[in-house]
Amino acid sequence: MDGLKERIRKAVHNQPQPTVTILSSLLAVEDELGYIPPEAVDEVAGFNRATINDVWAVVSFYPNFRTTPPGQHRVEVCWGPSCHLVGAMPVIAAVLEAVGLPAEGDTPDGRLSLRYNTCLGACAQAPVMSIDHHLIGRITPEQARNRLADYGAGPATE
Amino acid sequence: MAPTFQELQAQAEQRWQALTAGDRPWIRVGTALCGQAAGADAVVQALQESLERHNAAAQISQVGCLGLCFAEPLVDVQLPGQPRVFYANVTPEQAEEIIASHIVQGIPLAGSALGCLGSDDGGGDSSDNGETGDLPDLNRHPMRAREQRIALRNAGNIDPLDIYQYAANGGYRALHQALTGMTGAEVLEQVNISGLRGRGGAAFATGTKWRFLAGSQAPVKYILCNCEEGDPGAFNDKGILESDPHTVVEGILLAGYATGANYGYIFIRSGHDGPIDRTRAAVAQAYDLGLLGRNILGSDFSFDLEVALTGDSYVSGEETALMEAIEGSRAMPRYRPPFPAQVGVFGQPTNINNVKTLAYVPEIVARGGAWFAGIGHERSTGTAILCLSGALNYTGMVELPMGINLQDVLYEIAGGVPGGKELKFIQTGGPLGGVLGADATDLVLDFEVFRNAGAILGSGGIIAADEDTCAVDLTRVLIAFCQYESCGKCFPCRMGMSHLLEVLERISRLEGGPEDLALMRNIGENMQAGSLCGHGQLGFNPVSSALRFFAGEFEAHITERRCPTGSCQTPWFSPRLSRR
Repeated sequence: MDGLKERIRKAVHNQPQPTVTILSSLLAVEDELGYIPPEAVDEVAGFNRATINDVWAVVSFYPNFRTTPPGQHRVEVCWGPSCHLVGAMPVIAAVLEAVGLPAEGDTPDGRLSLRYNTCLGACAQAPVMSIDHHLIGRITPEQARNRLADYGAGPATE
Repeated sequence: MAPTFQELQAQAEQRWQALTAGDRPWIRVGTALCGQAAGADAVVQALQESLERHNAAAQISQVGCLGLCFAEPLVDVQLPGQPRVFYANVTPEQAEEIIASHIVQGIPLAGSALGCLGSDDGGGDSSDNGETGDLPDLNRHPMRAREQRIALRNAGNIDPLDIYQYAANGGYRALHQALTGMTGAEVLEQVNISGLRGRGGAAFATGTKWRFLAGSQAPVKYILCNCEEGDPGAFNDKGILESDPHTVVEGILLAGYATGANYGYIFIRSGHDGPIDRTRAAVAQAYDLGLLGRNILGSDFSFDLEVALTGDSYVSGEETALMEAIEGSRAMPRYRPPFPAQVGVFGQPTNINNVKTLAYVPEIVARGGAWFAGIGHERSTGTAILCLSGALNYTGMVELPMGINLQDVLYEIAGGVPGGKELKFIQTGGPLGGVLGADATDLVLDFEVFRNAGAILGSGGIIAADEDTCAVDLTRVLIAFCQYESCGKCFPCRMGMSHLLEVLERISRLEGGPEDLALMRNIGENMQAGSLCGHGQLGFNPVSSALRFFAGEFEAHITERRCPTGSCQTPWFSPRLSRR
């Protein structure tokens, strides 16, 4: 547990940019840990001379923050209008089937975390998904299944 | 000791000469978000490995986006003193062939090249471009033929991580010119004369906006550069920062000089690593060379600049919400007045411009406002930087003079709809811009012309939909996006979006009733009247515009219980979010 607190402390105290805020501190923790544990809320509050409520208000506003540890690999699929028009829905269906989840969330084995995203920023290559921040454009349902198999997603259980 | 501008320029020109006409080939690979999504990282690796295997020497640079996103990964090979040859959709296997033939033997792979460009620049002037064998001139490609590149002048041509490449192509010349021969008021006057208007969506006159800030006598004033860019279908802000971050840094410096501001933030959504990393690197280099910080280029002008990140929030692109996010809070819009020019970020007078707006400024100052005002159409001066996506043959980013007909953009420049299908409608200016039926696209690129047609040119995103797309289905997705992104501050928007989405889902399931259209209109009117920012005020546009062009399709879903395209019978879902 001390290891965790130390990592949080370092992430919060060693931000390189001059302007340090609750949001920038939380983003630094997220970069380090992949999530915002309660210990980080305490540290960010103390460091920014804010209350725990102030910090939770920011954590709960931005959907990129999660409060539980993520899976080993993070999968994001875009459902925004650009991707929707050229086949995002079949890709999302294939991804859900491949990871065995009914909706966005974490696989029980802790390997994958799946999130829907409103825009991954490469609309000219729609539909787009990403694995561990690595973008994959013009993806088909078949390719999505194959890519995820490389990351340990098994066939859906009956 | 920071170099003088002359020393910087001399150093830059020497390095550029070595790159383009030195002793070894120069290979440029597009690794902006579009390139990465197409697999450019693997291509860069394959090129490097292949060079080692052949024991050949070449400089490999990762550049931004040339605009031809459909052709990514795009590999650009230039033998010393020769034209640039472009290979489209390159796979790692083809990368090996390119090295074996073009680099090792000096023979371009004519069969797989997209085209070539004259020896040392990629500008819009095609007259000085020689032909390499039978290769076509890339400037005759439909996507490039009518371009006039100002903000995108360096995109895809230079390494965004190398400040000397920017300087070698005229970079920081305008800043030097301003600091040595112009007052801040004179810089502001040139921007005024140029007629430049904001490219973030509202199209407000930039010179007027700057004058508000210049008029404030406060000791601390801020310039904010907005690259939140959460509009699906818009990627030109990220594209500019990834391709040529120094043009934005220089634009911000000129804005600071013109308005008497000494501190700036470039605001980017977290998670977009390419634009963030490249912008941070550019800022650090500018500090190293004395282009940021105290006494810039030996003048008495000082300016500090940093990159600020936001979490996922579309509304944080709204100017007062953006200030809340920079201050580290929930990105919710503020009441106005007071306006940002009086009370902005950290309570100080503030000016906000979009990335594209600021990217024009160096060229406006260098060439004069009248030059810029001479380009374009009526009150819409300069160029439009469009992002073309969806059902189009050539998807990507183009910079076109205002005044070009939208039909030319869709059918000629973007190459029309794939598979010989019919265009059904387009969606412009972000989700709030609504849709335009294909028969209403006989418009020229112009802020007023678009507005009078009930659309928004806005930030330049154009998403095209073909005949297989259901108007109800797309409207539902647009509203789902608006629901997901409502910040929740104003209840007419927060609840109105959820309610609209419920009704549209009902219609998509073919369970809608005849009263639903009136119900949606009622919700929309309340949202418009009772919301603080554009998200709620314009949030009904997707529905009202779809009803204007495709009322019959809504009728078919409601009264005939059928979806004419069949889209609504295939599985779909709409994610929901409450920002607690």
